[in-house]
Formats: sequence, structure tokens, C-alpha cells
Amino acid sequence: MKRETIIQNIKIRSGGDLLDFQDKSKNRIYFTINKTILLQIAKYLFNDAKARFSTASGVDTRKTIEILYHFAVDDIGLFISLRVILEKPSLEIESLLPLFKCAEWIEMEMHEMLGVNFKGHENPKHLLLKDDWPKENYPLRRDT
Amino acid sequence: MSRKIIPIGPYHPLQEEPEFFKLHVDGETVVDIDIELGYNHRLVEKISESKNFDQVAFMVERICGICSTSHPFAYVNAIDDLLGVKPPERALYIRTAIGELERIHSHLLWLGLAGHFLGYNTVWMWAWRYREPVLDIFERITGNRQNYGMMKPGGARRDIFEEDFPWIKKTLKELIPKLDMFKGAIMDDPVIRMRTEGVGVLTKEDARDYGLVGPTARASGVNIDIRRDDPYAAYDKVEWQVCTHEGGDVFSKAVVRILELYQSINIVIQCLDKMPKGPIDSGIKDIPPGEGIGRHEAPRGEVVHYIMADGGNSPARHKIRAPSFMNVASNKKAVIGETISDATIILAAVDPCYCCTERMAVVDYKTGKKMMDGQDLIRLSQEKTEKIKNKLGR
Repeated sequence: MKRETIIQNIKIRSGGDLLDFQDKSKNRIYFTINKTILLQIAKYLFNDAKARFSTASGVDTRKTIEILYHFAVDDIGLFISLRVILEKPSLEIESLLPLFKCAEWIEMEMHEMLGVNFKGHENPKHLLLKDDWPKENYPLRRDT
Repeated sequence: MSRKIIPIGPYHPLQEEPEFFKLHVDGETVVDIDIELGYNHRLVEKISESKNFDQVAFMVERICGICSTSHPFAYVNAIDDLLGVKPPERALYIRTAIGELERIHSHLLWLGLAGHFLGYNTVWMWAWRYREPVLDIFERITGNRQNYGMMKPGGARRDIFEEDFPWIKKTLKELIPKLDMFKGAIMDDPVIRMRTEGVGVLTKEDARDYGLVGPTARASGVNIDIRRDDPYAAYDKVEWQVCTHEGGDVFSKAVVRILELYQSINIVIQCLDKMPKGPIDSGIKDIPPGEGIGRHEAPRGEVVHYIMADGGNSPARHKIRAPSFMNVASNKKAVIGETISDATIILAAVDPCYCCTERMAVVDYKTGKKMMDGQDLIRLSQEKTEKIKNKLGR
């Protein structure tokens, strides 16, 4: 699928929930979307655009937590980042686990490092931190 | 003066990696596996926020002891992406040559250990013997056998001297007949084929579902390679091919890695031939606020670094994703339903920065009692090879 087609399709599917679009370079594009349509856009990218889920980056910007879901469309070398902004303190978002298994570990990591809760993630135990790590203590948070 | 080398070993102090796999077995068959990580978690991402941009390149080099240049390579790509600049041409060729030399020694290391697990200790000794000249090249270029410190935001930290080129090329060319020997010994050996073909199969669909990267994905027929798909450094200026195989089993993973060795040697030689003269550093002073994503095809697959800068001297956020983070999770799919004697080689086939196998424990499905440890499993795997050999009269 062509780069322009993918951009156009995401724009159409997002409608008013597309908050920002940044065409940074030939191989890097960023979409900021409302968290309500994350699952829908991720589904489009994975199933229709045949993108590969690469990883996700959680960022604490003090007032909010930003999650960037990175998808790679390898045949055209495009790296798409879907940015979702979660307002503190309600840090809840849909899990992408129903779409692909590779979301499992990264969601576990974001849960323990930043305190984001993923709805639909059945196994929210620790991935990297030890099991008796103090509750509500998130290493990558900036407000603790 | 001719150089003499005194061999000490074989010892492998880097192999003890703390990953914990718990295999659940019913009789001989693996029915479930628990994977536990985090025994050596250092929170590198947080440490990065307290280092300046130049220091981070050194710090991320310490993430992996085998493919040490993979993380700094992805990191400098991320900084280049953030700034929107391209480093000087010569630096791009130097980066490429270092990245490929690393792939050669990393794949040879894997090949040796795979041989050991299958009971072919000669393959192990030879693969590691022929890995030595590659480490010698690193020592000549960088002063170090590991942790080369060659990557720098905006360029390369050290030059490769022209007078070393003929020796480096000669050393690499001498490696090719040795690879031919390995290729023949592994691809034509009926015992190795019986032990690895159809074992631990991951299909194309599995590869997508688990987000597999690198040789693990390419062995399942997924034609991806960041070096070609999202070209960086000098990969679009040299001739080479992506190696894939359709089987998805342990054998395919070995084939892909062996074929990639030839490509890597070819790339390094081309880099030396085509390397233009000129500066190696663009002299970056300040990093403005912004975001950058850097990717590099490490020996084990795609490494991703995401950098967010706020105009200060250090990254405001630095996200790192290593290839094993994706590949190791697929063990759950690959190993279930297989026999215990094949478990060692299946878990090792994704090249999980190794020796997770040393820390495996076999637990009886019904009683929950611990039965064996990693050493027992390697012995079991080697015994299976012996049995096949005896059966075939070899």
C-alpha cells in the first residue's frame, strides 16, 4: 500500500478524533489521535495496511502520559507513530492484545513503569520489576 | 614482527544471561512454558535521562555484551533523525563496516553454541576459532574486542586507517572458505537436518502475531530487513541481498544466519573499497527540542530507539526496544508440543542473547517437582544426536 493511501485512510477513519498530523520525513509520520479510536486505527494498520507492530513508547510529560504506538510498514519503509494522550490521573486505555500477541510484554512494561492500565489485558503481572515491588511506585513517572 | 596468539579457554564469561524459562512437561512433551525476565534490569532508559547526549552513546553500548554496537547505532540514527541531518559520507561507511563486522562475529558465536547444544562440539570450537580474526579486526580498528565506542551522534568517533584496509580485507577473505566448510557441514549433514528440520516451527502468521524481527522472521519467509527497507548509514550505497528461508524451523534459522555471513563480509569489503576521504564528524553542538526515531538491523533483528529532547543537554525520554524483546516471546509458540530434548535448540534458535538455557528448569506437569536443569537438557539434546548418528551408522 502506498504511503499517501495509508495517510489518507487514517485521516478518513479518524475524522474529528485526529488531533494532529506530523509529516516529519519520508519514512517517519506521527498521528495524534483520541484514545477512543486507537483500537480501530491499530486494527486498520495491522490488518489492512499490513503493518508490523514494532513497539510502544510511554512518556510522562508531568500533566499527561503520552503513549506512542509504533508501526512499521516494511515494504515501503514507513514508520508510523500513533500518539495517544492520557490525562492524569485516569490512565486507562484499550489493550491491543486482542489484535496481536506482541502487545503483551510492552503493555506489561508500561503498566509497571508508568502505571497505565490496559483494559482487556488478562495478565497484568510484572515483567521486569520484582513481584514485591511497592505498589503505586512507578520508576518512569515524574510525579512520584 | 609476526604476531603469535596463545589460546586460553574455551571459556565464555559472557554467556550467563539471566532469563528464566520454566518448561512444563507431560512425559517427554513440553506443554507450557513460563518466561520470566528482569533479573538484570538496570533501568537504562532512566539512566539515559541523567547523561548528556554524547555520553548516552557510550552508556547504551553497555546494554548488550555481544552485539555491543547495535544500540549506539540505533541511538545515533535517532539523533540524526531528530536533527534531520546526515553525517559525513565517510562516517556512514565506517558505521556500516562496524555494524557488519559485528554481525559476522555474532552469527559465528550463535553457530558455535547451536553446534554445542546439538552435540557437535567441533562446530562450536571451530566457529569460535574463526570468530577470533573478526575480533582481531575490531582490536586493530578500535582498540577493543568488544564495546568499540565507534558511534557518535553526527558522525563516527574514530577513523579507520587506510593502511589497515588490505589486512582487513585479506582477513575477511580468508574467512570465506571456512564458511563454505560450515555451510557444507551443516546443510548437508543428515543428522543435523534430522535434529533441526521441522523443529520449533514458526509460521508467517506467527511472525506477524509475535512481531518477529531479524533472522527469526526471515527464517519464516518474512522478507524484512531494516537495512534495505528503511536505509541508513551506507547500506543503500553497497550491493547486497536480504537472505530468507521458508521453513520457519531451527534449520531455516541456521541457514539464514550462515547466508548472512557471506553478505556481511561482502558489505565490509565494499565499504572499504568505496569509502570516500573526508571528515568523519559533523560537529553537532546543540540538540533542539524534538523527537527522533532510530532503527538498526542488529544481528538479532530490528533495534528501535525513540528520543525525545526538550532543548536540554540530556534526553527527556529515551525508549529502547531490543530485538529479543519481540523474539523471545515467540518461544511460547515454538516450544509447546515439542520434546524436551529439542527444547534447548528451539529456545536457542532465536539467538536470545543466549544462555537462558543454562537457567532452565524442567518441572513435572503433574507433581510440580523440579526434574532437571539446563546442563541436563544440553546432555539430553546431545544424546539424541548420538542416537540418530548410531542409527544412521555415522
